Amino acid sequence: MQRHRQAKWDETESDGHEPLLAEKDLTRHEPSDTYLPDDLTRDGVELPSISEPELVRHYTRLSQMNYGIDSGPYPLGSCTMKYNPKFTEDIAGQPAAAVHPDRDPELAQGTLQVYHELQDYLSRIGGMSAVTLQPPAGAAGELTGILVAKAYHEHNDEGDQREEILVPASAHGTNFASAAMAGYDIVELPADDDGRVDLDALSEAVGDSTAALMLTNPNTLGLFERDIEEIATIVHDAGGLLYYDGANLNALLGRARPGDMGFDVMHFNVHKTFATPHGGGGPGAGPIGVREGLEKFLPSPQVRVDGDEYTLVEPAESIGKVHGSMGNWLVLLKTHAYISRLGDEGLVDTSAKAVLNANYLAERIDLEVPFGPFHHEFVASAGETDAADFAKAMLDNGVHPPTTKWPEIVDEALMTEPTEAESKRSLERLAAAFNAVSEADDDAIAAAPRMTAAKRIDQTTAARDPKLSWQQLSD
Amino acid sequence: MNQTHPTRETDLSFDESDAAQAESGSPFTPHDAEDVTEMLAAIGADDVEELFDVPEPVRYDGSFGIEGRSERAVRRRLDRTLDANADVVEFLGRGHYSHYVPSVVDSLSLRSEFITSYTQYQPEVSQGFLQVLFEFQSLVTELTGMDVANCSMYDAATALGEAATLADRVRAADGSTILVPDYLRAERRAVLENYADGPGLEIREFPTANGMVDPDALESALGEDVLLVYVENPTTDGVIEEHLDEIGSILEDRETLFCLGSDLLALSLLQNPADVGADVVVGNAGVLGLPNVYGMGIGLFACREEFLRQVPGRLVGASEDADGDRTYTLTLQTREQHIRRERATSNICSNQAWVALRTAIHAAYLGPEGLTALADRCTRLPARLAAELDAIPGVSAPANDAYHFREFTAEIDGDAEAVVSELADRGFAVHRRGDDAIQVCVTETNEEHAAELLETVREVMA
Repeated sequence: MQRHRQAKWDETESDGHEPLLAEKDLTRHEPSDTYLPDDLTRDGVELPSISEPELVRHYTRLSQMNYGIDSGPYPLGSCTMKYNPKFTEDIAGQPAAAVHPDRDPELAQGTLQVYHELQDYLSRIGGMSAVTLQPPAGAAGELTGILVAKAYHEHNDEGDQREEILVPASAHGTNFASAAMAGYDIVELPADDDGRVDLDALSEAVGDSTAALMLTNPNTLGLFERDIEEIATIVHDAGGLLYYDGANLNALLGRARPGDMGFDVMHFNVHKTFATPHGGGGPGAGPIGVREGLEKFLPSPQVRVDGDEYTLVEPAESIGKVHGSMGNWLVLLKTHAYISRLGDEGLVDTSAKAVLNANYLAERIDLEVPFGPFHHEFVASAGETDAADFAKAMLDNGVHPPTTKWPEIVDEALMTEPTEAESKRSLERLAAAFNAVSEADDDAIAAAPRMTAAKRIDQTTAARDPKLSWQQLSD
Repeated sequence: MNQTHPTRETDLSFDESDAAQAESGSPFTPHDAEDVTEMLAAIGADDVEELFDVPEPVRYDGSFGIEGRSERAVRRRLDRTLDANADVVEFLGRGHYSHYVPSVVDSLSLRSEFITSYTQYQPEVSQGFLQVLFEFQSLVTELTGMDVANCSMYDAATALGEAATLADRVRAADGSTILVPDYLRAERRAVLENYADGPGLEIREFPTANGMVDPDALESALGEDVLLVYVENPTTDGVIEEHLDEIGSILEDRETLFCLGSDLLALSLLQNPADVGADVVVGNAGVLGLPNVYGMGIGLFACREEFLRQVPGRLVGASEDADGDRTYTLTLQTREQHIRRERATSNICSNQAWVALRTAIHAAYLGPEGLTALADRCTRLPARLAAELDAIPGVSAPANDAYHFREFTAEIDGDAEAVVSELADRGFAVHRRGDDAIQVCVTETNEEHAAELLETVREVMA
């Protein structure tokens, strides 16, 4: 077992933790002698005015009240919180990487070469014909992919007819939301008793109105959709496309490729699979890959190479743009660095150790894991305990808890993805954290967490009476 | 030479390949052979391959043809690759700007507790980042005058797209038109088109005059069918809009949202959006915190209180913990995709939180006085540079009779394409605008090269 006492800075005057900058100093500044006439300027701004040393201490203290992968295990299911190699930051930080997006391509050949090589790497890894790097996050990749599917059906004069997207009940929430944003009706597919796509239900649901099926493989239970070839046939025979949600690609690196499984469109979550830092919520990047025949619908521009010159090209029937420029360049640069560091051997080893770790951890915890065989993640059940409470109690043991209460197919779900980067010893500590909570009594669980910077937080009040800024705190 | 260590034969040769010193397997998996054996024994498997439940026909042998490299080799190779980016001085803007990013921004934002964390699903252990985002929202609230700001969209273009779908949700106009100015960058419009596609919104343009809104033209373009009017201040041509009050008055009593596009530095000095009747403010917040990194940025999104429950993206709110202390948490999550699925206000999940951290640090570093002073400088520099360019025969600058922020367009006698290309050959990047105009952006990060630019333009135009 390990314990963890998180740093907590507080001041009695601020009724809480490290005071807000605005509580340390709030200075109203009214511009004078401006170049602009008064009617084009504002009266003033009221913001914190503090010195550099104070600023550094403020943010250092806040960082100490935050848990990251470098602090300890972070087994959030479907988020792939793996170690972020440090050298990629040095590459992203070099001055030659900081160029303006409107440079003529001739003046940005280095950046465009990185784009082109990464398009190529991802095409190989996904088994896809072409890749765009423009979508700035996984969900943006989903929207892009669905817009490509829409353009394909419109190209075939079936745009009006194909108005439904099929999504398994256990899919990521973004799948439903992305398809809806693209204007589609959602048809939810139930799982079979094994936790996989129910083929009868699928056959029943597909038809002339099907635009696509969105599928995660392995799915959110960590299970490989063994019937993937049959699923592809059913969807394709009905005239629909098969979309691959790449959130769980870490499980399959080098073992199976979406393109070989019959997927037509896919997105990659490079911040998951390729270890770019999650940054407290982003930025990530969500490149998409397409099979042969769909390249012409990709966003504009695509990077091509002509001899030894990299150029920007608008695909013939491009869906247009999904980001104002070329996506999250620094994230893509780190992705390139990670992939070229690992190479084939490293990528294959990644999925091997990710799957080994999940299986070992599941073996070591005293909770029921109802579905299997799973791959990089599994969903345990907290049983009689509320999964959200279970997670709070884990926090005191120096680990970040799993994703909770989802997928709903498992009661009180604890969706757990340790990733390949945890050592055997670390997994044992993590298992001990699970087991300690599973043996704890209800009162102890209800009192947790006790060692974190904040005790249990009241979510209901926060939502009922929202205070979203320092200005609203004083309302 | 007095040789005390005689040369002996060795099988060492100099390895100049990029693959030098690459490991077998991943350098980021901690397992040794003994660990693997023990773990497999515990699981009850003989081999890791047994754990993959993948049918034979769809198995892949892992030969992508990607060569692994040592850390040093990767760095050397990417350094060399990026060196192919031409060494030019950029006078480029049009929505993407370069301001000096102080060292504290890198130093603090790269603290690993920040950068290696994710969305704050467990607020008790994530108070630090939550407070950062709360302070970011507060900063945006102050600078936009809006009641509510979220903690980021991807960029200015996607934020505009989200504003359009927000208008569709909250406004009961008869139609579904989004009215945009004719100066809107093609890239922003293209993104907007894709956000408009799902809900079936129609994008229509209204004509502007002298680079800014012509209130009469706007009024005649308006109909009962318009959900939202979008206006920029400054525009991506650098023009400071002079009719914001009139635009606000025109839209005040209509079922039409007034959406203003700006950026956090400009907002420190220019008219407060709340004072001119804006309902939604979008734009690029990354002008603070990030240099020009090929268009990666952070979308700004703020609006009036009445739209709170229709806001896209994550919101951080203050609450109390069990000890009664003030704490922070993600809130109003029932708007979001992981709860509401297809009825969510947006599909956004991963956002630009780390850039928000950088923006907040940069803004705090400058403080109210520093922000205002830098913004004021951004009004003086283009005026000065335009005046000097205008003195060059064949150049007329600025093209618009207006105040400018950071940048302006200039008309030139002759072929703009040839002029821009000639300038690039001589080490300066400027925008080409059509056949006979260029656009030049000047801030504190390139003003020391302004004299050279002027001299070069003089030579090229001669």
